[in-house]
Amino acid sequence: MDSLTSLTQQALSAVIAAGSHDDLEQLRVLYLGKKGSLTEQLKTLGGLPADQRPAAGAAINAAKVQVQDAISARKEALDRIEAERQLVSEKVDVTLPGRKLGAGGLHPVTRTIERIENIFTAAGFQVVEGPEIEDDYHNFGALNIPAHHPARAMHDTFYFDATTLLRTHTSTVQVRVMETGKPPFRIICPGRVYRCDSDMTHTPMFHQVEGLLIDENVSFADLKGLIADFLNAFFEADLAVRFRPSYFPFTEPSAEVDVQCVMCRGAGCRVCKQTGWLEIMGCGMVHPKVLAASNVDPEKYTGLAFGMGVDRLAMLRYQIRDLRLLFENDMRFLQQFH
Amino acid sequence: MKFSERWLREWVNPDISSDELMKRLTMAGLEIEAVQAAAAEFSNVVVGEVLAAERHPDADKLSVCQVTDGIEKYQVVCGASNVRAGLKVPFARVGAKIGTELTIKKAKLRGVESHGMLCSAEELGLAETAEGLLELPGDAPNGLSIRDYLQLDDALIEVNLTPNRGDCLSIAGLAREVGVLTRATVTAPEIKPVAAVTTDQLPINLAAPADCPKYFGRVIRNINPHAETPLWMQEKLRRCGLRCIDPVVDITNYVLLELGQPMHAFDHGKLTGGINVRRANAGEKLVLLDGKEVELQPDTLVIADQEKALAMAGIMGGKASAVTPRTTSIFLESAHFSPLAIAGRARRYGLHTDAAHRYERGVDFNLPKLAIERATSLLLAIAGGEAGPVTCAESPVSAVPAIELRRKRIGRLLGADIADADVGDILARLGLTELEATTEGWRFAVPSWRFDISIEADLIEELARVRGYDSLPVTAPQARLGLYSKPETLVGVRAVRSQLVGLGYQEVVTYSFVDGQLEAVLGEGTEPVALANPISQDMAVMRTNLWAGLITTLKHNQNRQLTRLRLFENGLTFLNKNKKLEQKFKVGCLIWGACAQEQWSVPSKTVDFFDLKGDVEAILGLSLNAAAFEFAPDVHQALQPGQTARIKRNDETVGWLGALHPSIQQALDIPGKVYLAELDFEAVRGARIPVVKDLSRYPRVRRDLALVVGQEITAEQLLAELKSVAGPDLQELTLFDVYQGQNIEKDKKSLALGLTFQHASRTLADADINPIIDSCIKALEAKFNAELR
Repeated sequence: MDSLTSLTQQALSAVIAAGSHDDLEQLRVLYLGKKGSLTEQLKTLGGLPADQRPAAGAAINAAKVQVQDAISARKEALDRIEAERQLVSEKVDVTLPGRKLGAGGLHPVTRTIERIENIFTAAGFQVVEGPEIEDDYHNFGALNIPAHHPARAMHDTFYFDATTLLRTHTSTVQVRVMETGKPPFRIICPGRVYRCDSDMTHTPMFHQVEGLLIDENVSFADLKGLIADFLNAFFEADLAVRFRPSYFPFTEPSAEVDVQCVMCRGAGCRVCKQTGWLEIMGCGMVHPKVLAASNVDPEKYTGLAFGMGVDRLAMLRYQIRDLRLLFENDMRFLQQFH
Repeated sequence: MKFSERWLREWVNPDISSDELMKRLTMAGLEIEAVQAAAAEFSNVVVGEVLAAERHPDADKLSVCQVTDGIEKYQVVCGASNVRAGLKVPFARVGAKIGTELTIKKAKLRGVESHGMLCSAEELGLAETAEGLLELPGDAPNGLSIRDYLQLDDALIEVNLTPNRGDCLSIAGLAREVGVLTRATVTAPEIKPVAAVTTDQLPINLAAPADCPKYFGRVIRNINPHAETPLWMQEKLRRCGLRCIDPVVDITNYVLLELGQPMHAFDHGKLTGGINVRRANAGEKLVLLDGKEVELQPDTLVIADQEKALAMAGIMGGKASAVTPRTTSIFLESAHFSPLAIAGRARRYGLHTDAAHRYERGVDFNLPKLAIERATSLLLAIAGGEAGPVTCAESPVSAVPAIELRRKRIGRLLGADIADADVGDILARLGLTELEATTEGWRFAVPSWRFDISIEADLIEELARVRGYDSLPVTAPQARLGLYSKPETLVGVRAVRSQLVGLGYQEVVTYSFVDGQLEAVLGEGTEPVALANPISQDMAVMRTNLWAGLITTLKHNQNRQLTRLRLFENGLTFLNKNKKLEQKFKVGCLIWGACAQEQWSVPSKTVDFFDLKGDVEAILGLSLNAAAFEFAPDVHQALQPGQTARIKRNDETVGWLGALHPSIQQALDIPGKVYLAELDFEAVRGARIPVVKDLSRYPRVRRDLALVVGQEITAEQLLAELKSVAGPDLQELTLFDVYQGQNIEKDKKSLALGLTFQHASRTLADADINPIIDSCIKALEAKFNAELR
């Protein structure tokens, strides 16, 4: 029996020391294989008295099971160690930057137009666009600006010939919508507009969003409400808004809208020229002649219209100091919107 | 318009501060743009009299003067050339402060003591520049503060008047408006007709009565050519931004500012026969006051005598008949010209004058008579002379028709009712006359000065304006909550932009007008639409595609050391097609430099044709209809031959893709190849709505083929043939390798294709697939001489 015990001990020690699956397999063959030393022990049973054989056989089998279990345990341990080693070998520096193409982005003007569109479309306004090369009628005549009207001097117009021009405002689109559709109208018209003017604060091309709401009972009070709501939504702030009487040939009454300076909140700063107010857009109630010119009955319908400079809104929103940056397309500027 | 607050307050003096007054005007639509003090800050400057002036013993240009302030005598050294004994000038005593910087101290100039300083208009902030001392009238009281004497505590106010408010282009008009807004009394100076003392007059003929319905004229003889414009008038003109010229011109300008009536004075001696107001004759020429000769156009109204045009009516006088310093006899004109007869004319001749500015907007047709009397009495007072009778030619001016105002309409347009009493009060203050009460409201007559009021809405605006926009209610618009859908069969522009941004493209916004030369090289090869009045040569023609802007952006950034760009722009392009203008919304892309940004994990590789093509395909793929598009080898003037694809959908051109032509690239000095693409958005946005097929539960089978074909065979040809031969079980066809080089003949290429088959209702066996593959190979052999590798 001593030899069985020592053999078992010897086997167990060897198993625990085994460094690989191969070593383990060799040990298994060596002790538990058909000719393994523990298996061989069974052959000694024949030399024992019959009454001792069952006990001796059981002891040998128990020893075999014990060694087999040890081998299994060692196998698992080796697997675990192997897995550990694998993990260690696959370790990466997670702080290294990820693989990328390089970021893209929208131009701030587009980003601003999309925000404006989102605000108005949520209230059921539709976005409509139109041609940029326009005829005199849609840019002026239909908007109650006849030839020689002094208001034309406010629009330094680019011409192609006597009657073809680059639109000076996106109000042209309103005319096209009214001409072809039936009220009620609830539209906004974003787009490029052009005026023959270029200096620190003017670029010959800029962007406007024009809005039009025509229905049976639209009032100036609605105009005030809509504009104030829009400005607060756009700037995400509760800003004071004031309406000053003004003049546009296509609206009556007309108003300039001032919003409390978004930079200084009305305290006075460089941006608002110390007035606390920013002139932000023009608006008014659609002139009856404009309605009539586009076959909308001014007795039945009233309408409000407004127009805003997108570039200025973008400049205020993103604190862009120089208008010209918007059209230089310098990547160092544009990439700040990524 | 610029005006003096003091002058305004002579007419109407509401009991409110200057700031409050300006705020009221701004909030009533007369926007105050700027305010400036009439003079610099200064103190202790008084009227001084020069008693004696002698040459400085050691300096030629200096004088040593004895000056009195009425109490004491001071010695003052002065450098002005006009200093002389007897002169009255502003005298800054020792201790005087001028502006924030200067304090007058006792000083020695070239060894002579000086106690104070004699001042010019410039030094006191009364003028931008000045030559010599400001000469005060001889009756200026010695020792009186200059601020008081010249009434310098005044604000010069710049008001930005909208084109409809021509009636406010005068002190009288502004005063009227202030009266309306503040209820303060307006007091006009008394203007009495001047009795004629001679019988001289000129006959006046109105040959164009619609253009000039009223013309008053008067001959004034024997005026003193040496008379000078009094200081008070000079100051008022100056404070309203006008230069002093001579008494006659100054007086007409003064009346223009005071009453708003443009006037003109002719040198009576230079007129032949009577006055004729007529349209210009064809080819007629006139030398204007500013010396410029213009050829008059037939729609220009002129004031002529028997022989020739004398002046451009309502715009500018002529040089030949202008008053000069020697003129002693004048013919004074005060006329009403209809806005339509003047509008736009001045601008066409490149002119902008105070008269035209007013006539274009409309001048009160009741003013000319008043104005000619005002000017006459001022002239007689200042320069003497003998007035003849006023000659008047007039035809009836069609009065502004009465306007009906309906009570209900006020509430409907403003969102707030205005009490009847307030309506009556506000409109009466504005000078409207209630003609009658109607069942629905009222009828009003409009005063002669309000050219802008012609319809009911104008009256409602006036009510809102005078009451104050801020006092009107604020409501949210109410509307029927209708829904509308966006067609799913159209790809939205936002989806395209998002896709491109996701692919690493930066959107740019470039001008729609570009350099004609760049456009000629990069454009569509058609004559571009050219601006008649471009701002500069590099913004002269409308773009026919988006590439000039993208390339210009590349150059801008290349010059700022960038080496890699992925750009896109979306916007209209303008194409002249068979004399018809097409305005197409396009999406343009440019890639240049490294494929990916420089980084540790990606080997650097510069972009090629297929980088851009993949991105273009990604956009086209938004339609779920990529198969509908074809990339056909073609040529485009801006692109490199052999690396140019015309993008087509149903044989219609929808875009271009290719490498910038190397000769252009070199000419523009761009290192490395540039790839450009452009898509006609409307033509590519048509999308398929997915219709889902059942999923097969049977395994997929893949077979690979390596084929050798001639170089000239396009991938597209091969793939199309395979698709048509392989039949409905071919689920996927992948071109996974293109190889040229070793083991392949020089003019051949090897293509490796993966074909994946799957059947909807059964497992495909070799017996199913082998015949398909065989027929594929046979077809390719037959059609393209392909060999299995």
